[in-house]
Amino acid sequence: MTLIEHPLRRPAGSRRPRGSRRRGGGVPVALLLPALLGLAFLTLPLIGLLARTPWSTLPQRLTEPGVLAALRLSLLTATLATLLCLLLGVPLAWLLARLEFPGRRLVRALVTVPLVLPPVVGGVALLLVFGRRGLIGGWLDQTLGITLPFTTTGVVFAEAFVAMPFLVIAVEGALRGADRRYEEAAATLGAGRWTTFTHVTVPLVGPGLAAGAVLCWARALGEFGATITFAGNYPGRTQTMPLAVYLALETDVEAAIVLSLILLVVSVVILAGLRDRWISTP
Amino acid sequence: MRPRASVVAGAVALVLAGCGAPGGEAAGGGVAGTVTVFAAASLTASFDRIGRDFEAAHPGSTVVFNFAGSSALATQITEGAPADVFASAAPQHLAAVTTADGVNGAAGTPAVFVRNQLVIAVAAGNPEGVRSLSDLTRPGLKVALCAEQVPCGSAARRALDAAGVTLTPVTLEADVRGALAKVRLGEVDAALVYRTDTRAAAPDVTAVEFPESAQAVNDYPIAVLADAPNPTAAHAFVAHVRSAQSQAVLTEAGFQAP
Repeated sequence: MTLIEHPLRRPAGSRRPRGSRRRGGGVPVALLLPALLGLAFLTLPLIGLLARTPWSTLPQRLTEPGVLAALRLSLLTATLATLLCLLLGVPLAWLLARLEFPGRRLVRALVTVPLVLPPVVGGVALLLVFGRRGLIGGWLDQTLGITLPFTTTGVVFAEAFVAMPFLVIAVEGALRGADRRYEEAAATLGAGRWTTFTHVTVPLVGPGLAAGAVLCWARALGEFGATITFAGNYPGRTQTMPLAVYLALETDVEAAIVLSLILLVVSVVILAGLRDRWISTP
Repeated sequence: MRPRASVVAGAVALVLAGCGAPGGEAAGGGVAGTVTVFAAASLTASFDRIGRDFEAAHPGSTVVFNFAGSSALATQITEGAPADVFASAAPQHLAAVTTADGVNGAAGTPAVFVRNQLVIAVAAGNPEGVRSLSDLTRPGLKVALCAEQVPCGSAARRALDAAGVTLTPVTLEADVRGALAKVRLGEVDAALVYRTDTRAAAPDVTAVEFPESAQAVNDYPIAVLADAPNPTAAHAFVAHVRSAQSQAVLTEAGFQAP
């Protein structure tokens, strides 16, 4: 982080004195009204859930062993999926943002495929590649004895497949918006490409990276369709919270609401905690 | 995803029912207008045909279907979706709309119009030579069951209990189509699904009948709903489903007469 504490930092921001942020009077109604409507649209369903929550049975539902197993599995797999996405997605974003190569537009479009694909179809596609009869899965099974469907690793694969575009798009955007002069300065001062990447580029796009990782984690945590299709549903091994919620919905709507709330509260607490610690908001 | 699609279908049904309902009373004593039928997903192919037969028999009438899992349909009905008829894959889901606050209960006694039975679905030609439920416990054989929260899963539990067979499946699917898809894709060697599902999936899937499935028969009840926008046509549709003509369609799809 030290390298970017540079006199050149935020050349645009330096022109903006602190007190002037609110100059120009209040918020225009043309923005405020749709903004509030948007907020209501996003939060009303949550209020609907809260209104139907059976608060009296909440504690005993929380202590049911199946619930904790599903919650633990969800947190574990979403975190592993995010790490996998960071490992593969950040270099991919760098490639897309910094390298001119033929077919870059096509590659960028391909990255968004999992966003467009209905997750259940994504799960089938993963089976066709990594399944027992799949293109790669058949070979993995026969030569190495590795099978991915119906395993926790399979859950991580399904979640990473669906969540990675969020990370790649966020990081690529941050890289494009970053001032390249810092990287050039580092290079002229003798830093190698890798050092420049790890010591200049990554800290420079820190907020974008963090936002991408948060989006990626949240998407992985809520993943349902690809997971149940590719990894199946078995308690303790592949049954994540969204799967438990969906099955609870079959018999007991209140149980499903409670499970959803638990997932929601845990994710909000974790994200809020991370925000204070890692993500600096201007 | 399926629940979303069914909500959209419900919304479409709502609009259509709103348009069609006034016409229902117009044709003097006859059946006309739109009849909105919420039916279990396993009835899709048979009811599409039965609906066309109904429209042919009653000119001026239109049948609009909303196919989804029975529990999802029950939720939509109790939350106010305007349905005329509910055909459920299990009695408890019809009971759920009957008891739920009297919002849209079933009018009259639900009648069981068809039954469905479990079979062992295996890959075409039965390469693993599965003959009975106990064969499913063979080491290395991967089996998919439905979760016990859904009808095919509770039926599988009853059948396995009746046979005294304990097996560890690799997955407990959320619906019968998920279990069947795993067989079709070759990810599992066998799954317990309904006979109608294997008929629809032929020739990719072979069905192995087993005697204990008699302990796990699913009754499909049908009823006109209390708040049906078009009750005349709704009653006519239920009568049509129970006619010999429709029963032949259902039997052909693998259902059994009640």
